[in-house]
Amino acid sequence: MQDELQDIGKKGEVIVSDDRFDAIIVGAGLAGSTAALTLAKAGMEVLVIERGNWAGAKNVSGGRLYGHALEKILPGFAEEAPIERKITKERISLLSETAGTTIEYADESFRKPETASYSVLRSKFDKWLAEKAEAEGAMFVTGIHADEMIVKDGKVCGVKCGEEEMEADVVILADGVNSPLAQSLGMKKELAQAETAVGVKEVIGLEEKVIRDRFGLTENEGCAWMMAGYPSDGGIGGMCLYTNKESLSLALVLTTSYIGQSELSVPQLFERAKAHPVVAPLIEGGKLLEYSAHLVTEGGYNMIPTLYKDGVLLAGDAANMVINIAYTVRGMDFAIESGRLAAETVIKAKEKGDFSASTLSAYKQMLDNSFVLRDMQFHAKAPKLMEHKEIFTKYPQMAQEIFSEMYTIDGNPRRHLLKFAKPALKKAGGIFKLARIGLDANKAI
Amino acid sequence: MKKMSVDDKLGLNKFYPDEHNPHIEIDPDFTDEKEIMRVVKACPAELYKYENGKVIFNHEGCLECGTCRVVSGGKVVRVWHYPVGSMGIEYRQG
Ligand SMILES: Cc1cc2nc3c(=O)[nH]c(=O)nc-3n(C[C@H](O)[C@H](O)[C@H](O)COP(=O)(O)OP(=O)(O)OC[C@H]3O[C@@H](n4cnc5c(N)ncnc54)[C@H](O)[C@@H]3O)c2cc1C
Ligand code: SF4
Repeated sequence: MQDELQDIGKKGEVIVSDDRFDAIIVGAGLAGSTAALTLAKAGMEVLVIERGNWAGAKNVSGGRLYGHALEKILPGFAEEAPIERKITKERISLLSETAGTTIEYADESFRKPETASYSVLRSKFDKWLAEKAEAEGAMFVTGIHADEMIVKDGKVCGVKCGEEEMEADVVILADGVNSPLAQSLGMKKELAQAETAVGVKEVIGLEEKVIRDRFGLTENEGCAWMMAGYPSDGGIGGMCLYTNKESLSLALVLTTSYIGQSELSVPQLFERAKAHPVVAPLIEGGKLLEYSAHLVTEGGYNMIPTLYKDGVLLAGDAANMVINIAYTVRGMDFAIESGRLAAETVIKAKEKGDFSASTLSAYKQMLDNSFVLRDMQFHAKAPKLMEHKEIFTKYPQMAQEIFSEMYTIDGNPRRHLLKFAKPALKKAGGIFKLARIGLDANKAI
Repeated sequence: MKKMSVDDKLGLNKFYPDEHNPHIEIDPDFTDEKEIMRVVKACPAELYKYENGKVIFNHEGCLECGTCRVVSGGKVVRVWHYPVGSMGIEYRQG
């Protein structure tokens, strides 16, 4: 397979481009465009190669962007960028087959630029960010797939696209989660099933006013809603919903190793989740605008690959920089920060005139000292926490049993909370299991 | 919201089909039903079918996620690439 992954280029005459760049970036997602912006601002000659017809044409996210990373580079960006809504309301639900237990949290501080997060649609947002980089002088070629790495004497010195070869002092691979290119260099292993989830997503059109009324929002405010339990049918995973201006982003994320254990296929599980009594009213009357799918890595810190080699750096999803910690998925702020730090590393390497692994190792140090690897390390035990199946199977049922008795008033004799909470907890695995999960959760999230 | 088939969902997406140039190749002689069914169930675009003991695949409508490659672990899916530049899915929302 590895050999075949490399065997992409069309055979024929090779055209070596006369233009040499300081840096080539593969992929105009958030990581790639941020790196391009940073390099171009520093006056470097940078070429971005993107396989989509424009930056964003291939990209999918949940998606909520935590603004802090981009705020450092483009202060006040949300005033101008095509964001959808500012998230002011967080909801998390445990869904059993017929019921849902939901916690809502709203906080004034969610409105400050330093801590704000925004719902975004990537095909618009990425296009905007790429244009920012272009305005600084970065050169983008779109509709071109980088097929192969050019490696000479163990050092990466460019990429091959079809019959053309392009060379540069350094290549930043920001080509996303699959990254056959990083795999071909032996920097990244094929994604392991237990550490990789598939995300299927629908963007569902709804009138602006309906969204506001349905989710209790004012004009530009938004809601982020995570749901665990029933949607993943006992597997590791969950559903997320984000309100956009005139649509909802609804995605089901499911660990791939679980596929086949359920009778249902991934698209069937998605439809089943959409029909859940908590979910169905939220999307009622909606019109499907787009159906998409994308992988999410879930291995967290332990899945970080080799980040640099002679002449090459990995950033964003190409470097598996994502965390999935039940109440939120993060990858976009990591992509932006790692893109920036990869660019900073290249700027320093250029000053030294040395692009060897030893100079590029500064990248790893900067990442270690940044929120990227700090937060990933902090949550390193999250994947293990998710292995407790009770979270996805028995606890939604337990919550239902407890709250159902609390809230059902039908003239039958009432019982004290402990009377019905205890047996419900016992059924769900008992107090020691809950304590174990609690301890693990305390270490992981 | 009314239930839709995957085909109808894909019909709303924008594709630049590269009909004669499949970017994914399967092993047509692979017959382990259990493994094949995992790939069939995994593909969000329902592009894999299991018929008469064989796996059948059509690359048109591919969402370019990579799930089939990861799930098959080199068995059902032999070669997996992205489509050539500018072809395939074009997301207008993302
Ligand atoms: C369902 C789902 C929900 C998520 N939810 C969230 C969320 O709410 N918040 C959050 O922060 N993160 C979320 N994430 C994670 C987040 O989407 C990613 O971490 C982020 O998109 C990574 O950005 P990137 O720039 O590294 O990669 P990408 O956005 O994947 O960009 C890679 C780019 O490279 C291009 N490319 C690839 N190969 C080549 C090639 N060979 N030649 C030329 N171009 C190439 C692609 O076309 C693409 O433009 C979610 C992910 C999924 C799938
Ligand atoms: S890449 Fe995704 S959409 Fe395409 S065939 Fe494989 S699983 Fe299906």
